Amino acid sequence: MNSSIHKLNKAFESRIRLGIMSLLTVNDEVDFNYLKSELEITDGNLASHVKALEKLSYLHVEKRFIGRKPNTLYSITKKGEKAFKEHIDELEKLLKLGK
Amino acid sequence: MEGKDHLENLSYIRSLMESSTRFISLSGLSGVAAGFWALCGASVIYVLSDGGFNGLAYDQRPFGINTMVFELMVAMAVLALALASGYFFTARKVRSTGAKLWTKASLNLTINLAIPLVAGGVFCLILMYHGMWVLVGPSTLIFYGMGLLNGGKYTRNDIRKLGIVQIMLGLTSLLFLKYTLLFWAFGFGVLHVLYGLYMYFKYDR
Repeated sequence: MNSSIHKLNKAFESRIRLGIMSLLTVNDEVDFNYLKSELEITDGNLASHVKALEKLSYLHVEKRFIGRKPNTLYSITKKGEKAFKEHIDELEKLLKLGK
Repeated sequence: MEGKDHLENLSYIRSLMESSTRFISLSGLSGVAAGFWALCGASVIYVLSDGGFNGLAYDQRPFGINTMVFELMVAMAVLALALASGYFFTARKVRSTGAKLWTKASLNLTINLAIPLVAGGVFCLILMYHGMWVLVGPSTLIFYGMGLLNGGKYTRNDIRKLGIVQIMLGLTSLLFLKYTLLFWAFGFGVLHVLYGLYMYFKYDR
């Protein structure tokens, strides 16, 4: 029975990462400030979680400039989409078992 | 992690996804107000064009202006008042819930509602240019319905249903051109009031 627990993706243990992936799932692309305001967290906190997800190539980063201001866009990758979906499926399965 | 955490995580994911795509702070009172102004406008036209539902009496000249121009002015006033009070009630609801008014979702709602509406407005202007005034009333209903159907993707699903009803009403109205004013008053007036009240009691309280 406990075997299914191992299928939960360690990368998504933090709620902030779940939040980032959720927002990327329903939007084509979002910028740093949007993520920050939706998740209500600090720059540094968000940056470290984004970096971790980027390392796993779950999200794609695109840096650009709006006027002179740097602006970073994030979008979900195929790999990230798959991993996130599996994670949610697993959560749902666990909840059904718990009942 | 415990089952309770999983459940909380799932509902967190769900609410984030929803608030990021749908603007749910649209106030039901906005609809009621829009309907109220539409009924006022329709009544003014009904009374001043001597009791005709069609408004086709070319010889009627309320305040010395052409009936068609007069009706257009009333319709514009109704639109402006409906938009203003719609904004007022929705902004008030947003303030009371502590949410934000201009989000990705509300911007999407506005743009996607506006595209068919602007297209419809231009279409009606062209109809008038060609002198096909009788088709203007039903066309406003149809294009408005398409606007709701399109914009409704970014708010409560009820709005899409209202859109479908408005489209059907507009098409039916095309068949009975004598009663355009009646259809118009029903679609923009009565339906808005009913739907607004329904949504107010379902979500706002």
